[in-house]
Amino acid sequence: MKRTIHFTLNGAPVEAEVAPHWNLVELLQREFDLFGARESCAQGLCGCCTVMVNGAAVSGCLYLAVFADGAEVVSIEHLPDGKLDPVQEAFLECGAFQCGFCTPGFVLMARELLRAHPDPDEEEIRHYLAGNLCRCAAYPQIVEAVKLAARNMLKAHDGKDQ
Amino acid sequence: MAAMGSGQVGRSVRRLEGAAKVTGRAEYVHNLRLPGMLYGKIVRSTVPHGRIRSIDAAQARALAGVHGVATIEDIRKVVPEPFYGPAFHDQPILAVDKVHYVGEPVAVVLAGDPHVAEAAAQLVVADYEELPAVYDEVEAMTSAAIVHEVLKPAGTFPDLKHLQGRRGTNVALDFHLRRGDPEKGFAEADHVFEHTFRTQQVLHLPLEPFVSVAEASGGADDGRLTIHTASQSPSFVRIEIARLLGWPENRVRVKVPYLGGGFGAKLYIKLEALVAALALVVRRPVKISLTMEEQFYTLTKHASTFRIKSGVKNGRITARACEVWWNGGAYADIGPRITQKSGFTAPGPYDIDNVAIDSYSLYTNLTPAGALRGFGIPQLVFAYESHTDLMARSLGLDPVEFRRANILREGRPQATGTLMQDAAIAEVLDRLAARMNWGKPFDHGSGTIRRGRGIAIGFKASISPTTSIAIVNVAADGSCTLYCSTVDMGQGSDTANAQLVAEVLNIRAEQVTVVHPDTDVTPYDMATLGSRSLFHMGNAVRLAARDARDKIAALARELGLPEGSNVPVAELFQKKYKMQAGNIIGIGSYIPSYAPPDHATGQTPNATPYWMVGAAGAEVEVDTETGHVRVTRLVNVADVGRPINPRIVESQLSGAAIMQLGFTMQEKIEIDGGQIVNASLADYKIPSLLDIPSDMQNEAVETEQHSGPFGAKGVGESGTFGVSPAIANAIDDAVGVRLTSLPLTAETLYRALRTAANAPLEVEP
Repeated sequence: MKRTIHFTLNGAPVEAEVAPHWNLVELLQREFDLFGARESCAQGLCGCCTVMVNGAAVSGCLYLAVFADGAEVVSIEHLPDGKLDPVQEAFLECGAFQCGFCTPGFVLMARELLRAHPDPDEEEIRHYLAGNLCRCAAYPQIVEAVKLAARNMLKAHDGKDQ
Repeated sequence: MAAMGSGQVGRSVRRLEGAAKVTGRAEYVHNLRLPGMLYGKIVRSTVPHGRIRSIDAAQARALAGVHGVATIEDIRKVVPEPFYGPAFHDQPILAVDKVHYVGEPVAVVLAGDPHVAEAAAQLVVADYEELPAVYDEVEAMTSAAIVHEVLKPAGTFPDLKHLQGRRGTNVALDFHLRRGDPEKGFAEADHVFEHTFRTQQVLHLPLEPFVSVAEASGGADDGRLTIHTASQSPSFVRIEIARLLGWPENRVRVKVPYLGGGFGAKLYIKLEALVAALALVVRRPVKISLTMEEQFYTLTKHASTFRIKSGVKNGRITARACEVWWNGGAYADIGPRITQKSGFTAPGPYDIDNVAIDSYSLYTNLTPAGALRGFGIPQLVFAYESHTDLMARSLGLDPVEFRRANILREGRPQATGTLMQDAAIAEVLDRLAARMNWGKPFDHGSGTIRRGRGIAIGFKASISPTTSIAIVNVAADGSCTLYCSTVDMGQGSDTANAQLVAEVLNIRAEQVTVVHPDTDVTPYDMATLGSRSLFHMGNAVRLAARDARDKIAALARELGLPEGSNVPVAELFQKKYKMQAGNIIGIGSYIPSYAPPDHATGQTPNATPYWMVGAAGAEVEVDTETGHVRVTRLVNVADVGRPINPRIVESQLSGAAIMQLGFTMQEKIEIDGGQIVNASLADYKIPSLLDIPSDMQNEAVETEQHSGPFGAKGVGESGTFGVSPAIANAIDDAVGVRLTSLPLTAETLYRALRTAANAPLEVEP
């Protein structure tokens, strides 16, 4: 028994027919060919399925698709292919990933971290990102990348103020 | 070859696939959907050992949307002899007559909707007559419970042939090595030490769980199969599937995009034979994606028991006996190779005249065990480096000095008799001691917080002999494409291989396109495992690039251009073909030399093409009131030859060390009566950002592997070697208590502290 929902996906209004048991990851994959949010642990513990809903990070594997009705949904693919945000640039620069499977989740959470704490210290970074797991353990490089992104974003911001 | 022509080697090139990964657009098998595809859900055994009385799938078949339920009877219609494996042909595509562990695949439900397949799988009821089971590797040596009635070694390894048809044993393989006269050595020693160490079952746990898709086309005589799979060994998959089907290799195509982690789990055959057979049965594409839980029922790391005995005379280790039991689980997988190929390094990186090694691969009624980042080496190093420290402590010797006096130096024979070459054991130990400030006084703390430090060093021989083949294709505009079957599962092989091509052809690495494994397109490679790729494939890639370079030079000569005229490649093609047309194809093939060990003594003059060396130093804080251990500093030093990409090398070293930190401090598959009780990320905790030491240092010593491409060798595993014993040694240094089993949990340490204080806690009920 599918139901039609309407929501905003990466800035564009969309609609989809969803089954009541689908989660948000399935919705993005099945209906929109977006594979950056991935189901891994299926318990909301690894962060691979991170999606932004109404400005807050959710575990896409535990978030029922029908709840996206009327919401603003942002996935890792929100920028056009070929464009990178400062966090993604910093991840590239620092080599803050290996297999890349967890990377979208880390990028989205790091972006949230920098929105809330533009100049985080090491402890803040570690605690904020503790809900994202990386089995390749690129953790030292991830911390480095978040610090670099913070520096670059502050610099850009200062530039704008002048 | 030290000359750095175009500066591509030794440059921290950004990963070629980086932008695709940080934007979520990298290709993984889990993204793949094909028209008409069915989803398979596996029905698994609920008992550790039993004869299958019946499988009732009537209710499942009746569920709306179910396409069908397959058991081994269906599989046998397309694969009459459905047994596979790299060392033994012991593993059935689905259970045949018996199940051998909890979680063994018994049947598969197919449906167009994965949720329907999952629901229907719950409705399949299998009935078993339970049989006695065995779980412990040492008990399996003598247990009345026999996992397999008869041994079935694969034909691929000549040294396993003698095991064919052996009955009534759980020993899949026994490896023995004898050097000198160990008994005489022990008799003449001043001191003899003997200890036993144990390591636990742990899981690779790649965040991308196992996933494979197969599609069939054509008829009985011209049938073809395409398998899309998250595999580290596409060439092996092709050959093994072709063997199972009785087909030529060229009718099986195996394609591998990026992997979301591998660590040794995604080797040989995992889901590939099952999806291939199902696709042939139903004539529709079939996809099986495992859940995180199901990974616990697919492959683990060998638990082990290691009894080690050493004789010491005048501060020198003069004799050593090693008995190692490897818990292989219900199917051999690559366990017999680990038993031998890692077994022969069990005495450690020490120069010992008299050595005995007995290494046993055991079948038990548990999830099969295989290679996990180190191919058995971390288990061995935990034992021999804990033992080394216990001896030094007992003899009142400094642990670093005791090692310095005993390590294998360049040119000295290892236990197999093979001479050590390009193994920077001494340099690695020196750099580790320097980074740990070992000569300086150390604050051991006071009150309830005690501090300690420890070091450990291990080594590994590369698996041998194995083959890699590469093709470099230069197009008419001079752009360049590399075809090779090395799988980039996160280690950065695409980037490193592109750097090798670029170095030879004097272009930038970023200009090289790397074609991912596709056995219709990319040539043979043994597998991406055991830190072998940079050395083996790297050599093949360098040869292929040189071949292309030589052919470009030959083309210039053919066109009458003077030597060294440096005409751009595009112009050469234009002159030759009168338009933008043509290719130059360079081919490289590499297999190192090797001499198999003597069956009785394990002796060989050429055991390995190269040695890997890794050492770790740890500083810890122990809370004596809780047993909680905080690793405050972790230093990793390794001999990786010359780093091709220093940044990637560093992240490989730190990543490996953190993974091993998880296996050391927290990870353990808990098993009760053959049932895994913590098969989820909720109950099986891997390291997070909060678990890693605030001070982590990594160093690749300055060395060169003379037979490696531009002096390089593998790096993926070396960071794992020393971590566990370095921490166990540091704990002993802090509180004077020795833990001999992994993991080193707060509970284990607290119990040990209480026992040491003569106030033991009650034993668990």
